[in-house]
Amino acid sequence: MLELHLLLLFMIVAAVVAVEIKDLLSSVIAVGAVGLGVSLSFLLLKAPDLAITQLVVEILCLIILIRATINKDLPLVKDGRWFFNTLSTLSFLAVFLLFAYFALKSLPVFGKPIMRIAEVYLKEGLAKTGAANLVAAIILDFRGYDTLGEATVLFTAVIGVMAVMRKVGRIRK
Amino acid sequence: MSVYFLCLVLFSIGLYCTLRKRNIIKIVIGLGIIEYAVNLFFVLVGYKMAGRSPILSPNQAIENMVDPIPQALVLTAIVIGLAVTALIVAIALRIYEKYGTFDITKIKRLHG
Repeated sequence: MLELHLLLLFMIVAAVVAVEIKDLLSSVIAVGAVGLGVSLSFLLLKAPDLAITQLVVEILCLIILIRATINKDLPLVKDGRWFFNTLSTLSFLAVFLLFAYFALKSLPVFGKPIMRIAEVYLKEGLAKTGAANLVAAIILDFRGYDTLGEATVLFTAVIGVMAVMRKVGRIRK
Repeated sequence: MSVYFLCLVLFSIGLYCTLRKRNIIKIVIGLGIIEYAVNLFFVLVGYKMAGRSPILSPNQAIENMVDPIPQALVLTAIVIGLAVTALIVAIALRIYEKYGTFDITKIKRLHG
């Protein structure tokens, strides 16, 4: 799993660059590098459907973000309560990492998942659904109501975008 | 376990960006990094050492497949993440049109 570690380190470096660089367009490009790294690690983790979806979504996400940042390059100002903001952020992160430490201790070891439900799906998936791709069988058949709810969330977000971006607003008197 | 730790580092970078930065686009980027880290973490939890992808093929025995349930859940979560990012960027563009800035401390006139 050396290549997975290398990919994760690359993603961390790209994320630090995306957070700390001044130019907004370069920041967006760096976050695109993180997304493509996620896509490659999905491929390494034996999830080819996820790798394809992540690739397409990443390109669309980059287009949306570049549309938002082009011609609007504003320098970040660093005045005011710089010390207080940094201190409160770091203390929140410390509390979060404390909880994350306890949570990570109770996880199963990497490479040995608990597959109590998945074993049933793997065994009976072909006979019950007729789909050779078991991920598709779970999305569309075993967990069909989950997918319905998630499609509802998706279309609600799309309606929200249309409502926010429409040209005709409230008419002022 | 070191893979989980690196994933946690990625999440922490996104959380720091979201909490600390004052530019709205930077906050969107931080949320995107958090989303990547969480998706990757789910797939990492479902990975089985030297496993195969959960796709059946004829003339082959089913042995040692990775967990397909996190993959199925993450597949829809990725698409929803795109829609949510589009919604945030749309709101940010509206704010830019109204106030002329992406700085969240300059946005004070919240009434109509």
